[in-house]
Amino acid sequence: MTHPLLHIQGVAKRFTLHHQNGVELAVLGEANLSVHPGECIVLDGPSGMGKSTLLKMIYANYRTTAGSIRIHLPGQLPIEVTTASPHELVRLRKDSVGYVSQFLRVIPRVPALDVVAEPLLDDAGDNPETLAAARAEASRWLTRLRIPERMWHLPPATFSGGEQQRINIARNMIKPRPLLLLDEPTASLDAENAQTVIELIREASARGAAIVGIFHDAHVGDAVATRRINVADFRTVGTVKDIA
Amino acid sequence: MTVNLSPHFSAPPAPLLQVRGLGKNYGDRVALQDVSFDLWPGEVLAVVGESGSGKSTLLNAIAARSQPDAGSVHFMTRHEGLQDVFAMTEAQQRLLARTDWGFVHQNAADGLRMDVSAGANVGERLMGQGERHYGRLRSVATEWLERVEIDVARIDDAPRTFSGGMRQRLQIARNLVTQPRLVFMDEPTSGLDVSVQARLLDMLRQLTRKMQLAAIVVTHDLAVARLLAHRMIVMQRGCIVEVGLTDQVLDDPQHAYTQLLVSSVLQP
Repeated sequence: MTHPLLHIQGVAKRFTLHHQNGVELAVLGEANLSVHPGECIVLDGPSGMGKSTLLKMIYANYRTTAGSIRIHLPGQLPIEVTTASPHELVRLRKDSVGYVSQFLRVIPRVPALDVVAEPLLDDAGDNPETLAAARAEASRWLTRLRIPERMWHLPPATFSGGEQQRINIARNMIKPRPLLLLDEPTASLDAENAQTVIELIREASARGAAIVGIFHDAHVGDAVATRRINVADFRTVGTVKDIA
Repeated sequence: MTVNLSPHFSAPPAPLLQVRGLGKNYGDRVALQDVSFDLWPGEVLAVVGESGSGKSTLLNAIAARSQPDAGSVHFMTRHEGLQDVFAMTEAQQRLLARTDWGFVHQNAADGLRMDVSAGANVGERLMGQGERHYGRLRSVATEWLERVEIDVARIDDAPRTFSGGMRQRLQIARNLVTQPRLVFMDEPTSGLDVSVQARLLDMLRQLTRKMQLAAIVVTHDLAVARLLAHRMIVMQRGCIVEVGLTDQVLDDPQHAYTQLLVSSVLQP
């Protein structure tokens, strides 16, 4: 592979809190990282170092104060995330960049099966065949993540934390996107389900996805990492130049 | 049967709506100042801000319900390309408002005929397009009542006898029956009970997605914006102070006013 799928260069993040006397919090000074298809980069470092912040900037959930984040999909023109239009970012998220957090944002009234199937239906309109195929795929994911069938037709609002987390993993991994961002996806899972998530991540790597992840649980990180990066190295400007 | 997993649709070539430099004053008071943005086909845009920030004035200006003092609105019509909305005749504007646009009022009574039947409320736009066949009108009305979860047995009842949530759902059906491409919504869920709100929100979410509908939703409720909108505009004193993806604006607000707005509510 000639070019990285994700290329991060000189990325900084500062938060300005206008209502706390304009105080400025510098979280990242200079992050540099390149990720190729099939790689799984695990971000290490103590909490508060900016691991999540970096993932959120790649997903364009947070804005980038300085530097460049470029996503270059095979056969397409590179997209500069930091300056892309909202319209381009919506497209990028639908097709190309998945983000799995540990929390499910519950949608009122929508049953678990449809919560999971939904990303496959973004452009489907009202087509009943696509809907049926998406639901069949969603049921495979729910089965694999051990969500009992009697729960598939209930909205996940009343599910336990671990169940909601597994619904969230299924929802955000069901579409095989080329770039996957994982923010503690196994945080409250039991050993058996954590093992399933490890397998799902390895399968995504094997099909060529580029992955960047944060794992609370050291053995999950060990099991999936092809390379590890300490985010503490991204703290100060000028200290680290050649991480990638 | 396989799922089409990577539909790399190219982006639609042009915005559906182009708003440029809108301004409006009420006497000395500035209600809108230099408001510009584009809306793309299928995109849901939330307009948030406190009361008096110009949200509803903006919506009414774009929907050609009240003429602004400055600026322009262009809409990509189905057959005649990009058209200057304010240069249209009143008849052309009314036609657009009844076919390719919808307007969902905060108070359903403003958008419904309260004393004619639910079925006639749904059928009115179709009749305006020349549909006169009673059986077809009836069957479309039945289908739409089902889609918005109103008991079909109520088809001959007037909305005056409906609950607030039912009226709001009927108003949505009445607007969407002509398959518009753009719908304006002014605080569509405020004034409803929380449980009723959830039902309406879920319905709006499904309908906008399935019909690939573009919408401009004015709301003061950030959770509504989070659930429905791809993109968000924050207004203060008639000006846009921040724009961005909905989650970007809510999770990493940049402007002082947006930071205040986001920190003032419980978990949007």
